[in-house]
Amino acid sequence: MPSSWRAQLLITRIALYLASALIVVWSVAPFLWQLSTSFQEDRLLSSPTPSFLPWPGTLEHFRNIFVEKEFHLYIVNSAIVAGLTTLFCLAIGAAAAFALARLRVYYHFGILALILSVSMFPQIAIVAPLYLAASALGLMNTYTILVLIYLSLGLPLVIWVLFGYFQTIPREIDEAAIIDGAGPLRLMVSIILPMSLPGFVTTGLLAFIMAWNEFMFALAFTSGVERQTIPVGIANFTNLYYVPWGDLAAASVVVTLPLVLLVLAFQRWIIQGLTQGAVKE
Amino acid sequence: MTALPSAGLAAGSRRSKRLGRRSRAERWAPLLFLLPAVVTLATVSVYPVLDGMRLSLRNTMLSTQEDEFVGLANYLRLTGDPQFWSAWQHTMLFTAASTLLETLLGMAMAVVLYETFRGRGWVRAAMLVPWAIPTVVTSKMFGWLFDGQHGVVNWLLMQAGLIDGYVNWYGDSRTALLTIIIADVWKTTPFMALLLLAGLQTVPHSLVEAARIDGAGPWQSFWSIRLPLLFTTLLIAGMFRALDAFRIFDLVYVLTGGGPADSTEVLSTLSYKVLFSGLDFGYGSALSAAMFITEAVIALGFGLFIVRRMRRDNG
Repeated sequence: MPSSWRAQLLITRIALYLASALIVVWSVAPFLWQLSTSFQEDRLLSSPTPSFLPWPGTLEHFRNIFVEKEFHLYIVNSAIVAGLTTLFCLAIGAAAAFALARLRVYYHFGILALILSVSMFPQIAIVAPLYLAASALGLMNTYTILVLIYLSLGLPLVIWVLFGYFQTIPREIDEAAIIDGAGPLRLMVSIILPMSLPGFVTTGLLAFIMAWNEFMFALAFTSGVERQTIPVGIANFTNLYYVPWGDLAAASVVVTLPLVLLVLAFQRWIIQGLTQGAVKE
Repeated sequence: MTALPSAGLAAGSRRSKRLGRRSRAERWAPLLFLLPAVVTLATVSVYPVLDGMRLSLRNTMLSTQEDEFVGLANYLRLTGDPQFWSAWQHTMLFTAASTLLETLLGMAMAVVLYETFRGRGWVRAAMLVPWAIPTVVTSKMFGWLFDGQHGVVNWLLMQAGLIDGYVNWYGDSRTALLTIIIADVWKTTPFMALLLLAGLQTVPHSLVEAARIDGAGPWQSFWSIRLPLLFTTLLIAGMFRALDAFRIFDLVYVLTGGGPADSTEVLSTLSYKVLFSGLDFGYGSALSAAMFITEAVIALGFGLFIVRRMRRDNG
């Protein structure tokens, strides 16, 4: 009896490891293939049997995207837009989340639900009116309009995640601070914010990734390499007669590697931040 | 330390004054803190939605300067537009298939990750990779993987003997939508799994333990304890996933552009084309308003189901 029980346990264990291996392969294999592709010569890429390792390797695709396609310009645009979006999202979102979590606000759950429901709008529904407004205000093809739009796309999630963080800080701290004569602004800036730094790292990262990856609004509101962001640049990477898969792979690697490294470094915090709604259930 | 009591006394008289000021500040502070966020969302999200509704009742054309009130004409045109209905069907099919697949696969992954084993942290980290990759990059990545001539997927399937000849995955109207669903499932399932895992971890361990003592196997305890307790979380995750899948744009626009032969055209890409290729802002707005209404119905449907479920759980 015990030996068969142990055998069953062993089988379960093996199945578990196999399943996890499968999950890992499923999650990272396409990206690894892209990584390998980016170092392969076009000759290898169009041969009937794919070679999985980039041998002999080449940096030609990276040279192509930076020298011929001026890919660094897209990177600069994306960095400016995503950076500013993150900054404003955190400042505005923190103030709102602080008010909802720590100050006396009537219907604060109702307000929170309303804010969250805004993020569920089909984004295509706001493109046309915003396009007309931006044209009238002379905001077409500017960083400003992209930052404004991304701000409204990112704020609901930022407020929601920061609200969760602020709520985990014990209430007694507020009372002590108020007795010591701190107003709401002091309370937020010198007490609550420093205590929720991990929350800021997570939410900042979420806002940054959202703005860095957004495509439709960037496509509609920018034209030309001087304002277009990375996704638009990559989407337009096609030659007349063939698809430059090697160049595309190189560009994918360049824009994704920093994100992947950031996400791997902060994975615990990100998972915690993203899943807090489910945990609270 | 010795200075403290006297300082406290001196502050005492000041405190009463502060209290008066604070109560006024207390009333206005929350509004001031909320104001920037509310103003941003109102001007950049809520106002455009309402303005879109207004536009949908006009014949605004950017190419001809036409701009008059036409009542429900755009909506009438919508009901008889075969392109709209075909895009609507593709969108619904995509939403249903991807939500279902992602929920089921995500659940399977979550059950695996629920067990403790060495290296679990690495598996969870790896699962965030698809989520972090820009969707445009995902599209190009799957374009290369599923390429009809040199795609590695064709090669692998050929080696395994599963296909007789190379499939022109997203270049063939019979398999294009399937390819898009596969790409979406790849990108979103791991995230779904992490959400469901967080839900699983809230199921009290004592319940599972009690069932085990009563002789329930792992399979039985999953079906009769964890799954029922997880059901509300599952519904909420499914709802958010369905609402997000319904507005799919990037994958389709970059991978197929809606083709071949409109076989992957979805509502977002169709609206975008009507707006920015046709410059028909009136009709395009009616299209996106129709999307908005469908989204609201989906949300309402899930919402009612979730509320009923929660009532039953609590009562």
